[in-house]
Order: sequence, then structure tokens, then C-alpha cells
Amino acid sequence: MARRLPRKDVVIVGLGWTGSILAYELARTGLEVVAIERGPWRDTAADFNIGTTPDELRYAVRHDMFLRPKQETLTMRNNPSQTALPIRKWGSFLPGNGVGGAGLHWNGQTWRFLPDDFRIRSHMIERYGESILPEGNHIQDWPVSYDELEPYYDKFEYVAGISGKAGNIKGDIQPGGNPFEGVRERDYPTPPMTQGFAQGLFTKAATGLGLHPFPRPSANISIAYTNPYGCSMAPCTYCGFCERFGCANYSKASPQTCVLPALVREPSFEARTECEVTKVNLSVDGKTATGVTYVDASGEEWEQPGDIVLVCAYSLFNVRLLLLSGIGKPYDQASDEGVVGRNYAYQTGSGSTAFFEDAKFNPFAAAGSLGVALDDYNSDNFDHGPHGFVGGASITSAHTNGRPIQYHPTPKGAPTWGSAWKKAVHETYQRVTNVGAQGSVMSYRNNYLDLDPTYKDPLGRPLLRMTFDYQDNERKMANWMADRCDEIAKAMGAKTTQINRLVGPWSVVPYQTTHNTGGAIMGSDPKTSVLNRYLQSWDVSNVFVMGASAFPQNAGYNPTGTVGALTYWALDAIFNYLKSSGPLVQP
Amino acid sequence: MRLRHLIALLPLIAAGGAAAESDNYVDIARGKALVTAGDCVACHTAPGGTPFAGGLPLQTPFGVIMTPNITPDNATGIGNWSANDLARAMHEGRRPGGTYLYPAFPYPYYTKVSRADVEAIYAYLRSLPAVSNSVNRNTLPFPFNIRLSMSGWNALFFTPGTFAADPKRSDEFNRGAYLAEGLGHCGACHTPFNAFGASKASQYLRGNQIDNWTAPNITNDMHAGLGKWSVDDIVQYLKTGQTRFSLASGPMKDVIENSTSKMPAADLKAIAVYLRERGAAGSPAPVPLASSDPRMQAGEAIFTDTCSACHMRSGAGVEHMFPKLAGNVVATQDDPASLIRIVVAGGRAAATDERPTSPAMPSLGYRLDDDEVAAVVTYVRNSWGNAASPVSADTVRALRSKVTRVGE
Repeated sequence: MARRLPRKDVVIVGLGWTGSILAYELARTGLEVVAIERGPWRDTAADFNIGTTPDELRYAVRHDMFLRPKQETLTMRNNPSQTALPIRKWGSFLPGNGVGGAGLHWNGQTWRFLPDDFRIRSHMIERYGESILPEGNHIQDWPVSYDELEPYYDKFEYVAGISGKAGNIKGDIQPGGNPFEGVRERDYPTPPMTQGFAQGLFTKAATGLGLHPFPRPSANISIAYTNPYGCSMAPCTYCGFCERFGCANYSKASPQTCVLPALVREPSFEARTECEVTKVNLSVDGKTATGVTYVDASGEEWEQPGDIVLVCAYSLFNVRLLLLSGIGKPYDQASDEGVVGRNYAYQTGSGSTAFFEDAKFNPFAAAGSLGVALDDYNSDNFDHGPHGFVGGASITSAHTNGRPIQYHPTPKGAPTWGSAWKKAVHETYQRVTNVGAQGSVMSYRNNYLDLDPTYKDPLGRPLLRMTFDYQDNERKMANWMADRCDEIAKAMGAKTTQINRLVGPWSVVPYQTTHNTGGAIMGSDPKTSVLNRYLQSWDVSNVFVMGASAFPQNAGYNPTGTVGALTYWALDAIFNYLKSSGPLVQP
Repeated sequence: MRLRHLIALLPLIAAGGAAAESDNYVDIARGKALVTAGDCVACHTAPGGTPFAGGLPLQTPFGVIMTPNITPDNATGIGNWSANDLARAMHEGRRPGGTYLYPAFPYPYYTKVSRADVEAIYAYLRSLPAVSNSVNRNTLPFPFNIRLSMSGWNALFFTPGTFAADPKRSDEFNRGAYLAEGLGHCGACHTPFNAFGASKASQYLRGNQIDNWTAPNITNDMHAGLGKWSVDDIVQYLKTGQTRFSLASGPMKDVIENSTSKMPAADLKAIAVYLRERGAAGSPAPVPLASSDPRMQAGEAIFTDTCSACHMRSGAGVEHMFPKLAGNVVATQDDPASLIRIVVAGGRAAATDERPTSPAMPSLGYRLDDDEVAAVVTYVRNSWGNAASPVSADTVRALRSKVTRVGE
């Protein structure tokens, strides 16, 4: 029997980017806020000693900061005819654990989605006709436009100190920036990072091909910066230990560097770590959340009543918590009805590996979001007519690391062990670079999340079941992008290239991307979305759900910039909700 | 918000024994500001304990002293004390019964606090919730446990008497002097001790070592002291924990977080004006070690490898994050304790409302041996215009053993 605790104004589930931003903004107005976080407290000063943080074995190989599958995992299958099995070791994606969430161990690319991405369904139909849309798709317009989100993108970029080069300030195209981006009010808070040798070759080659390369917007920041919350950051040292690691240099934007120092000073804020929320509790009529139930590290169960519940866990676990709490109608693939779990999406990866004769790429002088990208083939920046697919990709030249255990590239066909392998690594390490395409994934009836009928977590609750595979549309797109990457790689002067295509069913084993989206999507119609345009639950109006679970489908960009923008957008709505409660949008 | 807080305390005051005027908000608020300026909470709170309930073990050269509970609990705190009793303790270093206090309680400084301010401090302390926390007050070894011996100490080293303003000086200077020499008790850390643990009056504010940290020279001395700091630099430092030269760490971090960052700007400015006018003999700047010196060459190699990513090859540091080492007062103190300690055991900068980040210096003692620490510290002390005595491996070894023990 759960013991009942004193009421709080706001209960936050999960203390990553979205939870910490909301906690700070609400607590500073005097509201009593408690954040309940499943993993441990993590802090730059205490946990990330500069001498011990670049420990590849501990963090990258043994997943020190990631969720233990024993705590929670999910089951996976490629299509509804299969039986899903549990993921016992994280591979394709790596959910975080603890304060900071995935915002602590990310690489740091901080993008804005393009204006067309937000109305992709309408836009594609207007330009190409309904027949361009793939079979079985659930592609939906977002219920919010780029222009509406612009000030909130700006807010997040300035809190995170993002380093980049604007491409379009108030309608004026800026040389060196991304000419395809939406209109922005002002430039990034810090200038772009210093690019490496590969990026120089890429820029020259791409420009020669008539493309428009620009430095990626990076949360590994280029110069010292103090954000509007008073939190300070130091310039990146290009050590190449970003993804899977905490940054000991205060150079990578994270809740730890950008929000928590201010948040922990708020007297009305409290964090409870190593406490796992098991359920959002509802009133008898099911229309109001009364708080949450959680289990602490010693197995004690507690009930935390609250006036508002903000669900701020990782996107997949947001969806599971809604399903376990009975918030919103679960999606049923067979009847194509219901909403929670609907429109799960992922991303594609394809590209070309370029082997050079004399180059010296120094891949160890790197950073998670160091790199040059181009958007000529993203979203609808090019004519999709001849290609017969929807979506696009950002194409990039980047070196995120040259770490000793996991980075030893060899050409296909090279021996995989022994002295011949060592020789191949030795010959290749400095001479190889990659042109990659990170592509969008549309939403489909057959790609979704629900509760597994068989497998349970240690608390006896059903695991989340993921049903996902790439559809023909995505394969076509990703493979077309691979050819574009190869053209650029060749123009860079590569002696040989290897094209990496999207082949076979999606596998959960090799790492691909942690950009899992959808399942609790925002929309204009309660029949096809879980949340209204303010990330407020259609069914339970004092529940707001943050994160990429709200994306109706995925774009060809990393999600965190849009997650941050949506958080600030929702914050304004939460303030309105506090003035007069109830649904902010009438269904 | 604050008013609501005080109102909420009223029933506790009523229950708290001897009467303070429960509606005396003005005195209570003023007393709170004075208690903040005196940083009473720092010593009178055990690690993780209730504020003001005492129980912090204070390391002194003569043994450990446990700080008393100063909440208005009758049995274990000072609930039975009158305002006169508090005044006697602060002004004379005596308990209500007449027994002697040890100068770990800095009554040689508090004696300067005006009677009106003592009354306000009393009013505030009475307003605190009474906390029952019994503290062993007799932990010193023989012969220092004989409190009567303090009468002789007082006769030699203690000059009682409240602060007298110097009419030739500005009001601001006098306000600063009143705060710094009295409640602020800056000299308790920043003035060298004699063999009896008394501050050496002749070397007032010229630096000392406390808890294996350097309490630097804070006179106006151009080389060893704050001569290069403007009034504004000092105010910024006390308010935010940092200046363009420096970030506070060690015991000063606590002073800033608990006390000076919460003080009114006018008082901080007054203290700064006072410090800027504390003349010092102006010891001649030493000649820096030659860069060809083997210790400098070894030090530079270690610095480049281990330190320069944050502190920069030029010693310029990163503003608000990593201290500038070129021209840093702590780096060039005669006593290198803080510098060695930070390299060996790490440190953390102050967090304040204005500068909440509180960056950390990692401990590097696990991978630098005594010779290497000595070399890199010597290099820092003699590069980019810095000049100070070289540091030996023996000095590092001695300090390492102490800070390692402290850390246990």
C-alpha cells in the first residue's frame, strides 16, 4: 500500500532536458515542484572528472550511464505477424538513465526542423498530389507551425549556447549558413566550431557540385558562454568523448551545464532520484490526474499527489507510462483505432565511406556535433516527383571520435582479426572518412508501440512492445541518399568508396540512432493524436507530455532542438492552464 | 514571502522560553542580516545538521573544538541566555556563568560589534526554532581543556572594546572597518597566528594557512595582496564568488555562499573600500625562476598535458569557469598550500545566485606524484609574469598527507 505524501503543485516524471527546463521555469514562479527520476543524481563536478571521464570501456562499451535492461527494456519485432522478444542488451538505440537523461550523453546536434516538415502531408499533396504518399502511411501535419515555434527554438538555443551559423535571418539569406532553413530572428548564440580537414574537403566538393554546405549547429560549444539562466560553459576542447559520455569540460550543453545549477537553487524545487514512477493516478472519472505512484530505491511505494503531472521521461517510456496509467485510448493496429502507441517512427542511416590515399584525417580531434552538413536533399528542398518517395535526409561530413576501442575502420573484405586486421586498421585509421545521410522516417499503420502480452518488468508490469521496420518509401529514400553521398565522397578525392545502403529488416543489434519518436503524438484531432497542440493530453487535461514521443513522424534531423522548442512552447501553455484549468483546445 | 516565513515562526518563538519581542520584525530582520554578515551558520552547523544547532568539529592547533548549539533550546542551546549574556560572550569571551570561551569563537573580533547590533542578533537567534542537540563542549586535550587558562591568554592577546570610528576617515571606510574587523572577522583567517593561536596584530590581513588552505594576503600590497584589484573587483568577488582574475574555492567558497553573497551591495563596497586602504609594507616582488630551470621545464610539460585544456597555455583561463592563473593572487602567495591542495585534491568554486555554475577542478593527485605536483605548481607560480618561491616535493608530500587524511 503506497504511503501518501504531501501535495505538490507540479509533479515531473523524469529529470532530463524537458523536466529540468519545466522544473526551473515553474519553480522560479514559486510553485512547489517535485521531479521524480528513476536513475541516479549526476553532476559534472562530482561525476565527470576530466581524468576519468574519457573511459571508453566504462562508458561506451559497458554502458555506464544507460538504462540497465534489467530495470526496463522493451520487446521488439519487425511486423505484427511476428512474436516480439525482449532486448537484452541495448544496441540500435541507447536510452539514458539518471538526471540529465539522454541529454547528458548525447552528441549535441541541435537542429530546427524545416517549415515544410511541420505540414508535410498538406505540402506533399499540394505539390505532388495524394499519390506521392506511401501505402499504409499515417503521415500527419503537426498542429503547430514553424513560425509559431521559432521564438521557442530561439529560447532553447540560447539556453544551450548552440554554436552555429544562421542561414536566414529575418528573410535575409546569410552566406555560409543553411539557405534552406526557416526564417530565424537572430543568429546562434555562439559561432560555429572550427572544422577539420575532412569538412574542408566536403565543403569544397559539395560547393563544386552546386550544393550548400554549412557548419552543423552544435551543443559542443565553440567559445565560453553564459546563458540566460546565469549558467556558464567553457569552450570545447575537441577531445572526441561526447556521445555516451558526460562532458567534464562544461563544453557540451546538457541539463547539468545549462539548467541544474540554477534549478538546484530554487527553494521550492525538490528532486527525488532513484525513484521510479509506476503510474499516473487518475480521478474516478478518469479525467483528472491526482498525482503519481512511485517506488523508491528500497522498494517502498509512495503516492505523490499533485495538481499537474508533467510526463518528461524518454519518448518510449512516456508512451509506456501513458499505457500503464490508462491515459488515452491504446492504439490497435488491427482496427487502426486508438492513439497511444500510434505513429512510432525512427530514422534511416546510409551513406558512403571514402578511402583516401594520402589524407590524414586525425579523427581523434573531434566532437559529437563537429561537422559540415547540407540540406539540399532534406525535407522537400528538392523535387521528389521523379523519385517516388516522401522525406529526405541531412547529409554530413563529420568525425565524432577516433576512440581506441570502438573506432578502427577497415575496408569491406579486410580480415577481421590477427595481424592482417591490425595492418588494415593501421593503414585505414587516418585515411578514411564518411559522408552520411540521416534520413526521415514517415509514420505507418504497421509501425507502432503497445504493451507486450508476455514479458514483464521486475515490478510485474508489461514491457513496451515495439513493432517496426523500414518501409519501401524509406528504403528508396535512404538508398537514393547513399548515392548522393557517394557522389560527394568521390568529388572529395576519395580513391575508393563503399556505399552503405539500407538492406534487410531493421535490426536491434548494431547501434543506429537513439532518435525514437512518436507514440504519444500531438495533433489537431483526438481520434488520431494523444496530445493537443500544447502537448496537453486530450483526455486528462492536467497531464502534459514532453519529448519526441509527440512527433507525428520523424524528420531528417536530430530531435533535441525541436524537443527543446516544444518544451518552451508547452511551458507558455502550462502557464495559461494555471490561470484557468481545463482543456486548452476544445476537441 | 519572507514576512510569511516570519509569521509562521511566531508560535515557535512563543514556545521558545525567554522572551524576545515576537513582533519585533525590524530587529529580527536586521539581526538576520548581521548573522549573515558574521557567517555564524558556517561554524554553528554540523555537516548535514540543522542550521545553528552546532556540532561542527573545528580543527584548531590545540585540538578539536565542537561548536555549540545557538538555537533557543533551553537544555542544549542558548534558550536561557539573556541579551546581556550574548553581549558578554561576544564582547568578553565569557559564558553566562563567567567561564571562558576559546577564541575559536572569534570574540577578539566580535568585541567590536555594537551593543545595538548584539541586541538585533539576539532577537534573530530567539526567532529560530529551538532544536535539541547536545554537543560535547569539552573535547580539547589537557592542558588546553583548562578554560581558566584563557584568562592569561586574554590578558596577553585580547583587547576588549566596541568599534570606534575614525573621524578622519569616510563613513564608508568606517562602515567597512566595522564589518571587517568585527562581525566579518576577516582577520581570523587572513592574519597569521602566533604560537598561542592569536592573530598577530602587526601582520593584520597579510595571509595565513587555515585547514591546509591558503588564506591569502588581503592587504593592498601590489605583489602579495589585492593591490591589483579595484573596489569593484572585490565587491564582485564577495557578491558572485568570482572576478576576472579568480574564482573562490575552499573555505572562502563557504563564506561567500553563506554570507557575503547575501550581504547588501553597500556593505560589500564599504568592506572593499576598507581593504583597498589597508596599506602593506609592499614586499618587493621576487624574481621569477628562469624558464631554463629544470623544474620549470618539467612543470611546463605537465601543465601543457594536464592543465592547459582548461587554463590555456597562456594561463588566461576561461572567464566564469576556469581561473586565470596569470596574475592570480592565490598562485603567488608565499604559502603555496591552496595551489598544491587544489592540484592534489581538487576543489570547487562558489555557487551564487548570479553565478550558479560552481565549476570543479578535478583532483589530479592520483596521477601526479609529489615531484610532478611540485614542478607544475612551481611552473604556475613563475610563468606569465607570476613570480613566487619554488615549491619542493617535500612540501607537497606534507600537504598531501594532510589533505588525504582530511578527506577520509
